[in-house]
Amino acid sequence: MDGAEGNFQVTIRKTPRYIDEAKCTACGDCAAVCPVSLASEYDQGLIDRKATFKKYAQAIPGAFAIQKTDKAPCRLACPAGLNVQGYVQMVKQGKYEAALNIIMEDLPLPGVLGRICPHGCEDACRRSEVDEPVAIRDLKRLAADQFDPRDVKIECLPRRDEKVAVIGSGPAGLSAAYHLARKGILSTIFEALPEPGGMLRVGIPAHRLPREVLEREIELIRNLGVEIKTHTPLGPDMSIDDLLNGSYRAVYLALGAHRGIELGIPGEKAQGVRQGVDFLREVNLRGTAEVGRRVAIIGGGNVAIDVSRCAVRLGAQEVMILYRRTRAEMPAWEEEIQAAEAEGVAITYLCAPQEVLTADGRTTGLRCIRMELGEPDSSGRRRPVPIPGSEYDIEIDQLIPAIGQTPDLSALEDVPDLGFSKWGTAEVDPVTYETGRKGVFAGGDLQTGPWVAIGAIAAGREAAESIARYLDGRDMAEGRAPLANENPSYRPIPTDMAARSRARMPELPFAARKGNFKEVELGYDEAGGTEEAGRCLNCGYCCECYQCVAACKAGAVTLETHAQRPETLSFNVGSVILAPGFQAFDPGRFDTYPYAAAPNVVTSMEFERILSATGPYQGHLQRPSDGREPRKIAWLQCVGSRDINRCDHAYCSSVCCMYAIKEAVIAKEHSAHELEAAIFFMDMRTYGKDFEKYYERARDEQGVRFIRSRIHSISEDPGTQDLILQYADEGGRIHIETFDLVVLAVGLETPRQLVDMAQRLGVELDADNFVETGAFSPVETSRKGVYVCGAFQEPKDIPYSVMEASAAACDAKAVLSSARGTLVRERTYPAERDVSSEEPRIGVFVCNCGTNIGGIVDVPAVAAYARTLPGVSYVEENLFTCSQDTQDKMKEAIQREGLNRVVVAACTPRTHEALFQETLKDAGLNKYLFEMSNIRNQCSWVHSRERDEATEKSKDLVRMAVARAQLIQPLPQPTVPVDSRALVIGGGVAGMTAALGLADQGFHVFLVEQANELGGNALGLSRTWRGDDIAEKVKEMTNRVEAHPDIEIFKESVVTGASGFVGNFETVISQNGSDVSVRHGAVIVATGAEESTPSEYLYGKDKRVLTHHDLDAAMKAGDPRMAGAKIAVFIQCVGSREPERPYCSKVCCTHTVTSALELKALNPEMDVVVLYRDIRTYGQREGLYREARRQGVVFIRYSLDQKPVVEREGDAISVTVRDPILGREILIQPDLVILASAIMPRDNTALAQMFKLSLNEDGFFMEAHAKLRPVEFATDGIFMAGMAHYPKPIEESIAQAKAAASRASVVLSKEELTVEGAVSHVNEYYCLGCGLCVEACPFAAISLVDAAGGGKVSRVQEALCKGCGACSVACPTGAASIFHYDDGEVLTMVEAALD
Amino acid sequence: MSKDVLVIGGGIAGIQASLDLAEMGIHVYLVESLPSIGGKMAQLDKTFPTNDCAI
Repeated sequence: MDGAEGNFQVTIRKTPRYIDEAKCTACGDCAAVCPVSLASEYDQGLIDRKATFKKYAQAIPGAFAIQKTDKAPCRLACPAGLNVQGYVQMVKQGKYEAALNIIMEDLPLPGVLGRICPHGCEDACRRSEVDEPVAIRDLKRLAADQFDPRDVKIECLPRRDEKVAVIGSGPAGLSAAYHLARKGILSTIFEALPEPGGMLRVGIPAHRLPREVLEREIELIRNLGVEIKTHTPLGPDMSIDDLLNGSYRAVYLALGAHRGIELGIPGEKAQGVRQGVDFLREVNLRGTAEVGRRVAIIGGGNVAIDVSRCAVRLGAQEVMILYRRTRAEMPAWEEEIQAAEAEGVAITYLCAPQEVLTADGRTTGLRCIRMELGEPDSSGRRRPVPIPGSEYDIEIDQLIPAIGQTPDLSALEDVPDLGFSKWGTAEVDPVTYETGRKGVFAGGDLQTGPWVAIGAIAAGREAAESIARYLDGRDMAEGRAPLANENPSYRPIPTDMAARSRARMPELPFAARKGNFKEVELGYDEAGGTEEAGRCLNCGYCCECYQCVAACKAGAVTLETHAQRPETLSFNVGSVILAPGFQAFDPGRFDTYPYAAAPNVVTSMEFERILSATGPYQGHLQRPSDGREPRKIAWLQCVGSRDINRCDHAYCSSVCCMYAIKEAVIAKEHSAHELEAAIFFMDMRTYGKDFEKYYERARDEQGVRFIRSRIHSISEDPGTQDLILQYADEGGRIHIETFDLVVLAVGLETPRQLVDMAQRLGVELDADNFVETGAFSPVETSRKGVYVCGAFQEPKDIPYSVMEASAAACDAKAVLSSARGTLVRERTYPAERDVSSEEPRIGVFVCNCGTNIGGIVDVPAVAAYARTLPGVSYVEENLFTCSQDTQDKMKEAIQREGLNRVVVAACTPRTHEALFQETLKDAGLNKYLFEMSNIRNQCSWVHSRERDEATEKSKDLVRMAVARAQLIQPLPQPTVPVDSRALVIGGGVAGMTAALGLADQGFHVFLVEQANELGGNALGLSRTWRGDDIAEKVKEMTNRVEAHPDIEIFKESVVTGASGFVGNFETVISQNGSDVSVRHGAVIVATGAEESTPSEYLYGKDKRVLTHHDLDAAMKAGDPRMAGAKIAVFIQCVGSREPERPYCSKVCCTHTVTSALELKALNPEMDVVVLYRDIRTYGQREGLYREARRQGVVFIRYSLDQKPVVEREGDAISVTVRDPILGREILIQPDLVILASAIMPRDNTALAQMFKLSLNEDGFFMEAHAKLRPVEFATDGIFMAGMAHYPKPIEESIAQAKAAASRASVVLSKEELTVEGAVSHVNEYYCLGCGLCVEACPFAAISLVDAAGGGKVSRVQEALCKGCGACSVACPTGAASIFHYDDGEVLTMVEAALD
Repeated sequence: MSKDVLVIGGGIAGIQASLDLAEMGIHVYLVESLPSIGGKMAQLDKTFPTNDCAI
C-alpha cells in the first residue's frame, strides 16, 4: 500500500474462485460429484467438505468456489504429466471410465503402463511422509481392468486430408499416432517386426504384460483410423524420401533402441552367448527360445531380470545374474529383483565377466573377477574396481549379456540432414522434436537412448503437437517452454493423518509360474482399489477431474474457469479500514491438554459447531469419539490466555468466560437428559451488559457448576475415552473427576499472516500483536488514514466490534465527507403500469433449481397443473428461475402476455424475493404484485424420499400462491423528507465525540448539556489505564466542540419535550427556564451515568474512606495523606454485583489496579491490599493486574456471603476479611480505604418517555439488538452512546459515540426516506381507541390521537412501521391490519390449501 | 484524492463498516480472503447474553 491519507494505492492479490460467480446458482451439483474431501474449516474439521464448496449454506456470495493450489507432485514427476490425482480420485469412487478419460487425455495405453511403468510419480508421492506412497500405477491398471479402454469415447477433431508416416510402433510411435488422430490427422505406422508394440511387445515378457492387454490398447488406436503395417522396415525398399515424396506430409521416427551392447570380452562370439534383447525378442514373438541348463546373465537392469525370469520359466535349472556393483546400485526395480529371487534366480554382486570359456566353440564356463566399489563415477554411483587376483571360473552353458541397448541406426545413417549424438541417438529440437530435416521428427528411445515407456509416450504426444502445427504452418515452439515452479505449495498433511499401509498386490503363487508366462501380478479388486486410492492426500486440493464441469447445468464451472489465474488488482482509495479479525488459539501446542490426541477434548469453536443445528451433528449433542451423548462436560477457561509460561499470551481474551457459560447453558438445553456442566476458572469475567445476570442464572437456576481452580492435568481413559481431570481447588486440595467431554475455552490471537500484513501496511502493532491505538482515538492506527476495528485491535466481543466498525466508518468517511453520495447511481425504472381495471392475468414460473427441485418434484406436472388454475394466463418452467437470462425472459413475458401478477414457485423469498421484484419493476409492474411459493425447501428438500407427495404438495403451494395473487394490489411507497440536523443529549466525552463526528461531516448539531460546562464524568478522572492524561484530552475536545461552527451548544439545559419520527423530530430544549424548539432528523442520547455513593464500610463516616472519584481528586490535589499512607485497602464491588444492583460496573477493577500502582509509585513502601470477588481486568488490562502483583500489591478474594468488615477501633480503622486460601480471618489496619463504588444510571425515565425509548431492569437504555445494533434504539433515528448504555471506559465510550454518529449520519445523509408499502393501517371507523396496538408495537410506530368526532383513535406513522403485524393481532375489532397481508389475502390461501 | 474506502476483512466488523459507508453513498472495496463473508460469527451457534442465533 503506497500513498497517504486521501490517496492510497492498494494492491490486492485475488485468488480465483474457478467458478463463474454470476452464473453459479449454488445448487450444489458440483460438490455432489467432487471426489476430493477436505476437512471443513467451517465445522472446525469435525466433518469434511468437498474441494468444490460453499463455506456454509447461507454464505454470501452464495456461489461455490473451488480450492486449488499447485499441480500435485505426482503429476509434476510424470514425464507425460498425467493428471494422477484426478484419476486416482476417480478410481476411489469406482468411476473407472472417468479415470480412463483423464488418463487417456495423455496416454493411450492405460493397461500397459498400469503394469510396466516404473512410476516415478510414486517416488514423488507425499504420502510417503506419512507411511508409503500410494500405489498409483496399480490403480491405473485397475481402471483399465474394470473398464475396457476400447469403449472409452475419444473425441477427435474433424478428419484432415494430410497423412503422416510413423516409423516404429513402440510407445512413442503409438502415442504420436494416437494424438495425431485426436487432432484429425491420420497416420500409418510402419513396423519392421511381425507384430506391433515395439519394446512393449518384444522387450517385456508376457508374465509382466499379457499380450492381450497390449493388443487391446493397440486396437483402440487402430479404431481411431490409424493404420499399422508390420514387416515394413525403413530401408532400401522404403526411404524417408519415398514417404515424403509419396502421400505423407511428415515423418515421425520412433525406431527405438533394440540393439544389445556387447560385453567386449574374449569368447563372446561363442555358441551359447546371446544378447538379452535378442533372447527376449524371440521369447516374446515365438513364445519360447533355446535356454541352457546353467544360465549366466550379465547386468543389473530390468532386461537382466526379465531374461532371468524367462529362463526360469523356460526350464533352465540354474539361473544366475552377475552384477558388478551391489544391490543398492542395481537399476532394476526392487519388486522385480525380489520376484526373480523368489522364483529361484541367484544374484551375485560385485562380480564382472572376464572371458567366456569355450570348448569346441560352445560356451562351457565364464571367468569372473571380484569387484569392489571405488570413487563415484559420473552417474554418482560408486565405480566398481576389479580386485587383482580374485579371478574365478564358473560352469555355465549359456551366457546372456544384458548391459544395455542402443538404437540401430543402419536405416538412418545415410539420410541427409539427420544428426546423431556420440551415443548414437537422434538429435532433435528439445521442445518441438524436429530433426535437422524439415518435416521429419524423432522421439522415444531413438532420441533418448533406452528410457521409460512413459517418456516415449510424452515424446510422441509432443511430436504430434509439433506435426499438427507444422502442417498448419504455425510456430511449433510458441508457448511450449516448460513452466518451472521452484516452490510449489501443497495442501498441508493433516497432523492427525493415521498411517495406513499400502495395499499389497495379489500374485500368482510361485508353484504356478513355472513353464508358463501367465501374468504374475493379478491386480487389485474394486474394494482394494477404493481403499488404496483413499490414501491419496489430494496435494493439489482440486484434482481437476472436471466432474463438476459435466455436472454444472448452469455453465458456471467450465474448463475455462478451471484455468483461471490469480489476479493482481489495484485500487485507489482515500482511507482504509482493517477488520481482519483473529484466530482461535490452537491448543494442539500444549502437552498439558491432550487436545491433539484425545478426540473428546475439543475447543470452544468446535463445541459451537457441535451445538449448531447446521453443524456436523445437526445440533445433536454428541461426543466426537463415539457419538455418545455426553452426561458430563467440563469447560477449562483461559486456554491460551492469561498465561505467560506456556503460550506467551499474557492478555485476557475478554470473551471466553461469557461464551463458556453460554455454551454450558445451551448444552444443558440441548441435552435430552440431565447434563452436568462444570466450568473451571480463575476469575469469572462477566463484566458486560446483562452478563452478570446471565452468570447468576446459569449458576443458580440452570445448575452450571463453577469451580475456581487450577487444572493440574487431563488424562484420557483408554477404554472409555473419558477424560480424567486432576485439579486443585482454592484451598489447595487436589480433586480427581471424570468427564465425558472437555471443552477448552480458547483465547483469541493475531495470526502470523496479519502480523506480516500490518508490517506491509506500515501499521504498528503492540507487544501482543494487536494494533496500537489511543484511548481518545480508539480506531486510529499509527498510519494516518488507516483505521482498525474488531479483535485485531484487542480481543473483544461482537457488539464492541460492531461499534468500532461504525466508529471506523465515521472516521474513514470524515476525510471524504465531500464524497458522500457522489457515486450513487440511482436505478431508473419504467413508469408503473396501472393495472387497477385489469382482470388478474397471472404468470407462473416454476423452477427446477438444476436438480434441486426437478430431481424430486415433477416440475412439468406442477407447471401443467398451474395452467389449470383460475386467473393463470401464462406458465413457464425454468432450469434456474433466478438466472439473469430468466429475468430477461420474465420481463419479456410480462410485457408480451400482459401479465399483471407474477408467481414464482422456487426457493425462499428471504433470499430471492427482492430479485424478482426488481424484475417486475423493470417490466413496469408494482413490486407488490408478486408472490412466491417455496417448493424447494418445503417440498423437494424435506420430502426427498417421497417424490409423489412432494409433487402434490408443490401443486398445493402453487394453488395457494395463485389464489392470493388474485387479491394482491399494487401499493405505493411514499417518501418523507429528512431534516439533516441532529440533536445530541449530553455533553460528556461521548456526547462531544458524537457531536464532533456529525459536525465534521457537515451536519448541524444541537448539543444539550445539563451542567454549566462540558466534560461530564471525565472531569473528575485522572488517567486512563493506558496512562493518557484525561484532563488534557478533555480540554482539547471541549475546545474543538466549542469552536466548531456546526455545533450549537445548550449548557445548563434539559430536553423537556419531543415529538416526530425519524428524519422529522421536533424537540423542546429548556435553558434556564426558557424553551427553545429545534427540528432535527436524528437524536443521539449520551446522558452518561454517575458514581454511586456507598452506604457501607464507614463511607461518609470516616474521612479515610474514599471512593475512586475521591481518590482521584485527592491525588490530583496532592493530598499528603496519599503518599503518607502505610497501608491502603481497596474494596471492590461496593454496590455492584449485589442483589439490589446486580450488574458489574466494569471499570472498577481496572481503576483499582491503576490506582494501586499509582499509590505504589507515590510510596513504594506502602502496603496495598485489594479485596475483590473476581478481578476483571479484561483484555490487555490484564497486564496492569500482573504488574500490580509483581509490585507486591496483595489481592485477597472475598465472597458475597462473607464481605469484609470495616470498623473503627479508637482512631484506627480495622478491616477484617476471610482469606479463602489460608482459610483464616485476616485483620488489616489501613490508613486509607478506597471503595470501588458502583456506577449507576441517571434517572432516564423522562427522556425514555419523551422519545419512547426502553430501559433495561437496571435503568440503562436498551439497544435495538445486543449484538448487531449496539448503538441504535428500536425506534428509528435515535441512537445512544457512552455510559447511558452501560458503564464503560473512555475508549469504549468514544468508539460508541463515533459509531452513533456514523449510524445517525446514514439517516441524515439521505434527502428523503422511502416508506415500505406493506405497512400497518388503522380503519378509524372500527377503532375503539383502546391503545392495545400502541402497547403491542415494538417500533413505537402507533400512537393515539384525538379523533375528529371526539375520543381517541390509533394512527400509524408509516415511516416507522416495519409491517410486523403485532398491532393487527392485538386489535380486538379488526381495525388494524397490514397492507399486502390483509385478512382476505391470507384467508384465501387457507381456503385454497383446504380445497 | 480518492473518494473510495478499502475495508480489509469480511467478518462482522468489516461488514458493518462497509454497510455504514455504502449506506452513506461511499464506494467500498471489501476484501475477504475466503470465498464468502461472515467471518467467525457465522460459525457461532448462539450469542450471549440473549441466546440469539448467530447466523
